[in-house]
Amino acid sequence: MIPIPRMPGLLEGPTTQVGKPVSRVDGRLKVTGAARYAGEHAIPGLLHGYVVSSAIAKGRVTRIDTGKAMAVPGVVHILTHENRPDLAWLDRKWKDQDAPKGSPLRPLYDANVSHSLQPVALVVAESFEAARLAARLVEVAYEAEPHQTSLLMNRDITFTPGKDKGGFEPPPAPRGDADAALAAAEVSVDLEFTQAAEYHNPIEMHASTVEYHPDGSLTIHDKTQGVLNCQSWVCGVFNLPKSSVRVLSPFVGGAFGSGLRPQHQLFLAVLAALALKRSVRVELSRPQMFSFGHRPETWQRVALGASRDGTLTALVHEAVQESSQAENYVEIVVNWSGQQYRCDNVRLDYRLSRLDVHTPLDQRAPGAATGVPALEVAMDELAWKLGMDPIQLRLKNYAEADPNTGKPFSSKELRACFRQGAERFGWPDHLPPPRSMRDGRELVGWGMAAGVWDAMQNPASAKATLGANGKLSIATASSDIGTGTYTVLAQVAAEVLGLETADVAVEIGDSSLPQAPIQGGSWTVSSVGSAVKAACDQLAKRLHALARDAEGSPLAGVGSVRFADGHVVAQDDPSRRMPIQQVMRAAGLPVLEEKALSVPYALGRLRHTLGTHSAVFVEVRVDAELGTVRVTRVVSAIAAGRIINPKTAGSQILGAVVWGVGMALEEEAMTDHTLGRVMNHDLAEYHVPVSADIPDIDVVFVEEHDEVVNALGAKGVGEIGIVGVPAAISNAIFHATGVRVRDLPITVDKIRAGLAALP
Amino acid sequence: MTHPPQGPIPLTLAVNGRELALHVAPWTTLLDLLRLHLDLTGTKKGCDHGQCGACTVLVDGTRINACLALAVMQDGKSVTTIEGLSRGDELHPLQAAFIEHDAFQCGYCTPGQICSAVGMLAEGHAEGPDDIREQMSGNICRCGAYPNIVRAIGEVMGAGR
Repeated sequence: MIPIPRMPGLLEGPTTQVGKPVSRVDGRLKVTGAARYAGEHAIPGLLHGYVVSSAIAKGRVTRIDTGKAMAVPGVVHILTHENRPDLAWLDRKWKDQDAPKGSPLRPLYDANVSHSLQPVALVVAESFEAARLAARLVEVAYEAEPHQTSLLMNRDITFTPGKDKGGFEPPPAPRGDADAALAAAEVSVDLEFTQAAEYHNPIEMHASTVEYHPDGSLTIHDKTQGVLNCQSWVCGVFNLPKSSVRVLSPFVGGAFGSGLRPQHQLFLAVLAALALKRSVRVELSRPQMFSFGHRPETWQRVALGASRDGTLTALVHEAVQESSQAENYVEIVVNWSGQQYRCDNVRLDYRLSRLDVHTPLDQRAPGAATGVPALEVAMDELAWKLGMDPIQLRLKNYAEADPNTGKPFSSKELRACFRQGAERFGWPDHLPPPRSMRDGRELVGWGMAAGVWDAMQNPASAKATLGANGKLSIATASSDIGTGTYTVLAQVAAEVLGLETADVAVEIGDSSLPQAPIQGGSWTVSSVGSAVKAACDQLAKRLHALARDAEGSPLAGVGSVRFADGHVVAQDDPSRRMPIQQVMRAAGLPVLEEKALSVPYALGRLRHTLGTHSAVFVEVRVDAELGTVRVTRVVSAIAAGRIINPKTAGSQILGAVVWGVGMALEEEAMTDHTLGRVMNHDLAEYHVPVSADIPDIDVVFVEEHDEVVNALGAKGVGEIGIVGVPAAISNAIFHATGVRVRDLPITVDKIRAGLAALP
Repeated sequence: MTHPPQGPIPLTLAVNGRELALHVAPWTTLLDLLRLHLDLTGTKKGCDHGQCGACTVLVDGTRINACLALAVMQDGKSVTTIEGLSRGDELHPLQAAFIEHDAFQCGYCTPGQICSAVGMLAEGHAEGPDDIREQMSGNICRCGAYPNIVRAIGEVMGAGR
């Protein structure tokens, strides 16, 4: 194959700002309470909306009596499907950037109810309290129809989805004959896994504050991971020109995927504001945070065959996930299994089953956090059956190139993750047998697992403006959902122009700024960071030209320069230098502005598989009688290319490990299938990890050099941290107790049942 | 300082050192009073059910969930919110430690975490990291910054000894 040309504009080391553990530039605003989130903008005359949610899972609204509710002092209006203003009727008008194939939900469109807690009315009042009280007094009569909300009852009624969502790839065609090879294998495991639905539950509940201006235009403060997505969606649904709708989200109180699609509080707030020609806020309640998007419930089968020396000879991975009746929500669950290990006989199968639920939605590492743990538990079970160390089994079948495509990896330091992670954890050469380590009343166990996620990139734009005072401003319509975007963009800009990070101001979360993709998939640094670099590169070029041409310039005729300490410096002679501010003064320019569009390196991406990798090591302690689990140690070794900021990136991994603990041990949406409704729809009963559940977590970033992924060589770290964790915990619990639980979350009742069944 | 009446019941309250004479509705929570009527939005609403701790404030120095406290029951009391912790530009040591240790990501639970930590340190029952974990478990951080929160509080706790 012809070698591909080197990526243009690659950031070369050593770096001064990039790679530094800079504290968050938005930190002061957050610790003083000065950062304002979507539902916190005070607007004179603001009305408050409260949502009335459907009490049935499927059927029709037959009557809505608003008499008592309207009698509450302060109530202004109640919107229902009977009195709503005209709305777009074409499905495509209701599509957003993250919408899968199908018909998106249209709140208050007609009398139909397709899932429990679907909004059926919006009460609008002068005060929040009046709206909340009146919402309870709206009387809704329904004609219920039989519903199906259980995946396990419907897992044989499936269909195979196509390429039904952006970023989704159906499983690759089978290679070899996996089923025959499995039957003939010297050693094999054949396992079923189930996993409960999970809800994102960011601590900021979804809220939209819509400011209605006298000219009919709107300024919308929304909880979203994509201001442009919301802007174009609102314009489509309400038939408004883009010039009339500005969406802002400078601060987002967590999202984890819940803000990828415009949610119904945005729709209802805009609907009310336009109908009443007043400013309106709609904030969901915590139970209503269970009324949209969730990580789908999943059934899986993983079967592995191997020869006695540990060589994988057969791999089967099948998955069935729930979707709604109206949309085909899909995520990549099984494809990773064909990519992680070398195996000649592989069959991967992915299906959906339609239920009467709201459409699922991407949640941190969608698909990988579900499929990879099943594979990694199966690998552990195979290792025990073979009598092999689990790391050795993984190294034995290590994929040097992507077995799904035959393409090389742009970089893959997973071996180093295994080595450095094992060293930090103190992983022994020979793991003691299961149920052999005891400390008082606790059984102690160690487990490990590998993880993988894609290194994606989307087109993005950014503007860089240099002021006469030498300060730089960066602007792009990206967001910072807590990932550290403000900070890393400032570091990238400072790096290119030889400034301090503190000299760079970053403006994001505004639909009037240059285009950026929705914030998800770990692609923000890759996409938006590259755009910032490109804009700053252009500024650097102009500064170089201006410096060379300045009268009496020490840089006259200098062909190659670098930027350091606020100066333009000759590459070969550091004594020939000129302050940036002087360059601009000499050119008579008060500001210098450049805008750039950055696109993925297509040729490099075509020829390679690009991904992040991890190895996770966990220690658990399980009470021998009670079956309670404590995670007492975690080491997470991550290979994700260049790390722009080890402090904020480290926090991404910490947080994702916490998510992995939640998935493994706690998080479970429990549906009452008689009612078709999640019963534990609050934070007292839907358990998420609290501080007492989380030990100190050791994060190791393994050195990884990548010249294909993007000009920064950075792959993104938002998702990879969760992927291996549930499997490592599950494997450690087996090692501690001798009990395998293949039904997430692994709660006390399941462990106790397993302990009771031990011989 | 007088605010427009929001209800029939008179109430005097010191908020971050300022004496306020208010009229509130009997059902208004301290949280809604702070956020909606006084525009002190640093105190957060994460569940409105006393389950997440995002609304933690200090009333007469004791940490409470503002969403579970009716405003009218705070008559004559002194409330400190996140906005009242720093002195001008000078951050409270816990605020500075939270920044230094990256003890937050999205920042939404952060004011509640910091107010809760101020209250916890005043209670004086925490000796080490395990105590901090236990006594801070009423404050959920969905971003999962717990290890850094424990470090930040531990540093301030150590300095105070």
